[in-house]
Amino acid sequence: MQNPAIEYDYTVAKWFSYLAILFGILGMGIGVWIAFELAFPELNYVAGEYSLFSRLRPIHTNTVAFGFTLSGIFATWYYVGQRVLKVSMAESKFLMAVGKLHFWLYFLGALLAVGSLLVRYTTSKEYAQFEWPFDIVVVLVWVLWGISIFGLIGIRREKTLYISLWYYIATFLGVAMLYLFNNMEVPTYLITGMGDPLHSVSMYAGTNDAMVQWWYGHNAVAFVFTVPIIAMIYYYLPKESGQPVYSYKLSLLSFWGLMFVYLWAGGHHLIYSTVPDWMQTMGSVFSIILILPSWGSALNMLLTMKGEWGQLKENPLIKFMVLASTFYMLSTLEGPIQSIKSVNALAHFTDWIPGHVHDGTLGWVGFMIIAAIMHMAPRFYKREIYSKKLLEMQFWLQTTGIVLYFSSMWIAGITQGMMWRAVDQYGNLAYSFIDTVTVLHPYYTLRGIGGLFYFLGLFMWAYNFYKTMTASKAIEKEPQFASPMAA
Amino acid sequence: MDTRLIQGVAYLGLIIFLTFILYGYIIHLYRSEKKGKRNYEKYGKMALDDELSSPPVEPLEENEKESK
Repeated sequence: MQNPAIEYDYTVAKWFSYLAILFGILGMGIGVWIAFELAFPELNYVAGEYSLFSRLRPIHTNTVAFGFTLSGIFATWYYVGQRVLKVSMAESKFLMAVGKLHFWLYFLGALLAVGSLLVRYTTSKEYAQFEWPFDIVVVLVWVLWGISIFGLIGIRREKTLYISLWYYIATFLGVAMLYLFNNMEVPTYLITGMGDPLHSVSMYAGTNDAMVQWWYGHNAVAFVFTVPIIAMIYYYLPKESGQPVYSYKLSLLSFWGLMFVYLWAGGHHLIYSTVPDWMQTMGSVFSIILILPSWGSALNMLLTMKGEWGQLKENPLIKFMVLASTFYMLSTLEGPIQSIKSVNALAHFTDWIPGHVHDGTLGWVGFMIIAAIMHMAPRFYKREIYSKKLLEMQFWLQTTGIVLYFSSMWIAGITQGMMWRAVDQYGNLAYSFIDTVTVLHPYYTLRGIGGLFYFLGLFMWAYNFYKTMTASKAIEKEPQFASPMAA
Repeated sequence: MDTRLIQGVAYLGLIIFLTFILYGYIIHLYRSEKKGKRNYEKYGKMALDDELSSPPVEPLEENEKESK
């Protein structure tokens, strides 16, 4: 057997966990602010051009997707990767250095990229707004992560790769492919010698640009918000509950099902646009089929708790994860419904879409990352979780926030869609745009309040994590399953 | 022949082919378990028993030797 003195090294996992908390607060704070801007437009002007909705919205999406979520993904990778491969990062100085470099380059790159959006450097492509120099930094960060993944796999003791690792590898490969192709751009200054050195134009034009963009955009949701989060739940839920995955075979099958189907579904973002009709239909059809592998994973997780549902009452971390998996089911049913052409005619461009995105991101992604980091905290610091009560309160406050968010957006979206389509007996539009805005105001306010609840929950999380790190009761050895927590 | 028709037929063919692969994979999983070649469910233990000191579910011989 290996040298018993070696222990898992959580240095890089800890650093990324701090970043996840930091970017979570930053990104979602901006989200709450811009939600209130929609309800109370005068808020747009409190800091001149810097507080305009259009300036802040990409900062919100990028910080939450590529700041909060990616930090959570990296933190859990540097934790789960070691454990299921049964190898410590301390065993390789090279991989340790790569991990640390990965962290610092990512942190600095993220700060610069967010700063660039604030001063209006943007390609204007959704979730791909960063200009070309930042894209190069992103590629370098990604290569470092790849070296870390495959380097650790290279020195593993466990022959078979646990299912979570399949999902982490798919995240790595999927994002690499998507990011490179969608961000093909021509830096205008280098070609013409004029204009801003940071500015670029896309290599694709018109409808082609839209197709590549939404192939990327939808699969960014797949490979940042879905695949790596499944990687997390396949490790953390069994580990925290002490129950092995209900069906390992189902996990393998769902994996290939998801890989097979997801990449074709992006066309649903372009229904009733200028892309070929067959492509729109393909987007719809594949979105519907996508329910199967998504529910395969989610049901596998819920069935993992079979016979152990008592834990749901006792353990707030199980609550977070079971609800995450439930929100995953809700979201992956709602998305396909929205992609049906006739439903899309009503739903497209309405508030139902951000409603859908947020029950997925707040409920599924957010809850899973929160649970994963709180599961790791006692293992990081050999201390019990500071307060179970606070974790419970956070859970209920944030759950209420999510319910307020998506229910208000469902009502707002469908109202909006119906009003846009309403015509009188002569075919004239029944409502002007401002009529819809007036009707939607209460729902926008409710959405802001829902977001605020979730945001307050993040501070409870940060405080609980900080106190666990610094002031909680020490534990003698790493807990095997359920994380110890003080009342 | 019309290019669009070729594209359409090729696309349909690809879908059918990939569907066969996916269903073939399900059969492969169950058949290898039935024949006793592999027990997939034991891999679930990798998440539960993941101490550095605990024995791997399936050790990778060459790395195991190096670390002795």
